[in-house]
Amino acid sequence: MSIASRVARPASEHRRARYVWAALAAPGAVWLILLFVIPFYVMLAVAAGQINLLFQTSVPVWNPVHWSGANFAAIWHDLVGPSSYIGPPAIRTVVYTAMASALSLVIAYPVAYFVARYAGRRKTLFLVLLIAPFWVSYMMRMLAWIDLLQQGGYVNKAFAFFHVPGGGVNFLGGQAVTVVLGLVYGYIPYLIVVLYAGLDRIDPSLLEAARDLGCSRTKTFLRVTLPLSRSTIIAGSFITVLPMLGDYYTNQLLSAAPGTTMIGNVIEGQLGQPGEQGQGAALALLLLVVLLVPMLYYSISTARASRQNI
Amino acid sequence: MAVTLPDATGAAGEELFAPSPAAGARTPPAAVRRSSIIARLRRRAVFLETFTWLYLIWSIIPIGIAVLFSFNSGKAQATWQGFSWRWYVTDPTQSVLHNAELHQAFVQTLVLAGLTTLITVPIGVAFAIGIDRWRTRTASALNFVMIFSFVVPELLLAIALFFVVTDLLHFLPLGTTAEVAGLVVWNLSWPAIVVRSRLVTIGRVYEEAAADLGASRLKALWRVLMPMLMPAIFASAVLVFAGVIDDFVIVEQLSSTAATQPVSVAIYSNVHGGLAGPALNALATLMLVISLVVAAIGYVGYRLMTRGERKNTAEALTTIAGM
Repeated sequence: MSIASRVARPASEHRRARYVWAALAAPGAVWLILLFVIPFYVMLAVAAGQINLLFQTSVPVWNPVHWSGANFAAIWHDLVGPSSYIGPPAIRTVVYTAMASALSLVIAYPVAYFVARYAGRRKTLFLVLLIAPFWVSYMMRMLAWIDLLQQGGYVNKAFAFFHVPGGGVNFLGGQAVTVVLGLVYGYIPYLIVVLYAGLDRIDPSLLEAARDLGCSRTKTFLRVTLPLSRSTIIAGSFITVLPMLGDYYTNQLLSAAPGTTMIGNVIEGQLGQPGEQGQGAALALLLLVVLLVPMLYYSISTARASRQNI
Repeated sequence: MAVTLPDATGAAGEELFAPSPAAGARTPPAAVRRSSIIARLRRRAVFLETFTWLYLIWSIIPIGIAVLFSFNSGKAQATWQGFSWRWYVTDPTQSVLHNAELHQAFVQTLVLAGLTTLITVPIGVAFAIGIDRWRTRTASALNFVMIFSFVVPELLLAIALFFVVTDLLHFLPLGTTAEVAGLVVWNLSWPAIVVRSRLVTIGRVYEEAAADLGASRLKALWRVLMPMLMPAIFASAVLVFAGVIDDFVIVEQLSSTAATQPVSVAIYSNVHGGLAGPALNALATLMLVISLVVAAIGYVGYRLMTRGERKNTAEALTTIAGM
């Protein structure tokens, strides 16, 4: 603030200004507290609550003093116990997510790199094409692949036409490959846009400097571009990994078989089961706790970045 | 070296890629060397370019086929039987126009997108301005909660919202009310983040100049800051609208009956059995068209609003996509 205005404005004016800013933030703050912070407390109250034995509905317990760990114990037992039925979907979730996000990165990075660095005058064209899937809803993109992968669909027709062995496969009948590729197809547009934005920000003069100082193209990439895009890669991975871990619809649409269920399906199933809502809430909370570290890391680094810019 | 690009405000990097034939005569040696290095690099990017085109084919062709088969006159999804509007209007029971479930889903999606955008954008913009200026611990905490709501997996938020509306906030019944309430909180971070980053680039000098010239704080906010924020507000409105059209998890958990199911839920519940077939493709295509119109309006509007600034096409495109 300039000296002139500081002299002109007494302290009471500053205090009044504070109220203005607080009032502006208030509606959003109320919405966030009412429908973001409190809901997770309710989820905890349901998970640590009781079951109405007559109606088989969950009864939240608001007072932490009366909380019970029964649902958490039951979930833990189902997760690691001898008759665990949540264990396999949990492992599958981790494996599918790891494979799908690694594959997304391997595909997305070269594409984003090309458009950011080499597209030249055609950058606009490429950007429009890269962003296009962004405007197609997730359901439609899955629908498109369901059409293609049907038994009489174009993929099987193409297999038959080129006499590729392995034709006539029921791709939608519980194939893990279909689910992983479906996840890649579903989430890769977001990753590419994040990577493009990050790679485009790298100053070209740094690359020229590396080249002028004798680095080969490969070395320039490995020693300059890659290290500079590290934070972008991490941010982009969060953008794909976090929603994939909570995904329950991609596998449902592309396989609908018990052999490809993920943790999201288990949670969803429990919520629909009478008397099991509390366990569903407990499992959801468990997932939240596991994801807390990456989510906090992302939130803190984002908040710090926005502060540094000021 | 100075090459006139279609977009005169294009980034310096773009100009480097397009040396004119007479460039050598007028440019200093250093620039020649630099442009030739980049030209050589560009020539060697054949592999990357092929890879990019393959990716684009993989990403766009399936959607094109799905759109095409929404116009198929038969039920098949992989055998073309001639063009028709059957699945849009003419089929008396299964077309989007005549099937009550599909018809309702279409209307519901538009209602949700409209209501959510109308509520989210003003609240989010005010939140961004308030948080940016009200520098207290409370403000940082709220900002943190907002960013956290951006990264939490949607399923977890949707379940928490389901519990809160059924067990505590009974004034938000399942159905349109709960759907809008949930969608607002899920999308609030778009205007908040987009507008906040714009606030950071604007800085406070303009407001201070207005204050020095005698404007009150609110007047400076309304007359000086708001017009400068308009492009960001507009871009975030487009993002929220498109985000709601795309949304599935929150609306699935918070819808009550078939009457409050939007397009995404209708497609999900009909794809295996039910109304499977080109009618779903037709419904999805209609939403696609609306999304693309919104994107086009967003792009053109953003370009018009930022006319006076040094911004290029790429910047506008990535802003409209939420980057």
